[in-house]
Amino acid sequence: MSTHHIHVTINGTAYEGDVDSRMLLVHWIRDGLQLTGTHIGCDTTSCGACTILVDGKATKSCTMFAVQANGRQIMTVEGMEQGGKLHPLQEGFHEKHALQCGYCTPGMLMAGLALLQRNPNPSEHEIRVGISGNLCRCTGYVNIVKAIQYAAEKMQDSEELSVPAQVALAREASNGD
Amino acid sequence: MSLPAVFDYHPAKSVDEAIALLQQYGDDAKLLAGGHSLLPTMKLRLAQPAHLVDIGKIGGLSYIREENGAFAVGAMTTYTTIERSEVLSRHFALLPEGISVIGDPQVRNRGTIGGSIAHSDPAADMPGIVLALKADILVQGPNGVRTIKADDFFKGMFETALQPDEIITEIRFATPPARTGSAYMKLENKASHYALAGCAAVVSLGGDGTCSSASLVITGASVKATRASAVEAALVGKKLDESTVAAATAHAADGLELLEDIHGSKAYRSQMTAVMMRRAVLRAVERA
Ligand SMILES: Cc1cc2nc3c(=O)[nH]c(=O)nc-3n(C[C@H](O)[C@H](O)[C@H](O)COP(=O)(O)OP(=O)(O)OC[C@H]3O[C@@H](n4cnc5c(N)ncnc54)[C@H](O)[C@@H]3O)c2cc1C
Ligand code: FES
Ligand code: FES
Repeated sequence: MSTHHIHVTINGTAYEGDVDSRMLLVHWIRDGLQLTGTHIGCDTTSCGACTILVDGKATKSCTMFAVQANGRQIMTVEGMEQGGKLHPLQEGFHEKHALQCGYCTPGMLMAGLALLQRNPNPSEHEIRVGISGNLCRCTGYVNIVKAIQYAAEKMQDSEELSVPAQVALAREASNGD
Repeated sequence: MSLPAVFDYHPAKSVDEAIALLQQYGDDAKLLAGGHSLLPTMKLRLAQPAHLVDIGKIGGLSYIREENGAFAVGAMTTYTTIERSEVLSRHFALLPEGISVIGDPQVRNRGTIGGSIAHSDPAADMPGIVLALKADILVQGPNGVRTIKADDFFKGMFETALQPDEIITEIRFATPPARTGSAYMKLENKASHYALAGCAAVVSLGGDGTCSSASLVITGASVKATRASAVEAALVGKKLDESTVAAATAHAADGLELLEDIHGSKAYRSQMTAVMMRRAVLRAVERA
């Protein structure tokens, strides 16, 4: 087994560390860096609870090795709140009762954010496609869709709130997708 | 938590370096592209490569270029990038249509065209699409680059014409003739989204409106992506109205080595293949 020294920027902060080649990215983030907002639901690429943004793209972090993230820009749910103020998506989940147990929520927020970055004014169908890689066992999705619609409206009203700084950075670094 | 067996990780900096690593480690090595077939298989320990050669860090393997009357797509180009390519969508409607039903957005952000066809999962969508488009597959090995026709590429379940020390570098689609339409229809397993029966159709019409050529492929129902030659022959030269297409596609699955599992019996897959093929052909004709 090989060990590798990796450098990754997460929510604007530079992290580095030694990882075994087979360590999954989600385990490094949760256990190595103690950023436990990112959840593990299924471990089989099905539920989306582990969704983060890698170079701006929604990614299931249980299906990537930590070593593959070397040199990348990552955003996790911890990066959403800015200066003590909830991101409009988080506010939407609160206002529209879009969570019950909350287990799926970090992944839903990340998938929702990736969607709104590309498509600031999505239809209900586009929202449902956008979160189709994320399972919620509690809510039935209706309120999650409403929460994302709430955020879309709010973000259009106030441009400056729309993109957290580190996501903008990641977007610059990403080459297309 | 399911961890893969231990392995050494090698981030290749160039295709040549990756080929050298494949030669050095032989059967113990595997390429890592998007990892969305390989990681799940490694977690289940169905694959336990001792060496992983990551081709995801090689620059210049992700691109879409128009050159010499063809469209060249780099092997590491993700589904998402292909799905959003306006120029590819304009010429090949079945590309975004087929990709939009692969897995989910996160899977499409990581999965690559090269990885999908190299893996040749019987239930995968891209092998069927690439075969229907009669793509050229460019493959680099220790002795240079060779081109494999899609028709010669898919050999069996998880089996292709690739040699162990070869890497797919590019997939090429020829510009289709005027009045060509294409479509992809699949009945999917609702949990995994993999195809129970997927049909890719590329249909060209002549000046008189009759079918001048048809390229039809079935995936998911059988052990590998397979050309439906009998249906193709039954369409060419005809005016493709609904009843002609229905008659020609009714036995689309005849002769296939059908799969059977908890998701569908052979009879069900056969029946659904005929339905998907009829719909795909009619939609392709509509677009021609
Ligand atoms: C939850 C989930 C749902 C899915 N649903 C679908 C679906 O509905 N339809 C579908 O078609 N697929 C589906 N997939 C599979 C997905 O499309 C994979 O991404 C794809 O099959 C493999 O591409 P990859 O880039 O991830 O390859 P990897 O997993 O990295 O590699 C796959 C294999 O190909 C080899 N390889 C990779 N690149 C090359 C290359 N350039 N040259 C030579 N060999 C290479 C590797 O060594 C490995 O053996 C799903 C996957 C998941 C996890
Ligand atoms: S834990 Fe990654 S998709 Fe479920
Ligand atoms: S709120 Fe419980 S899984 Fe979504």
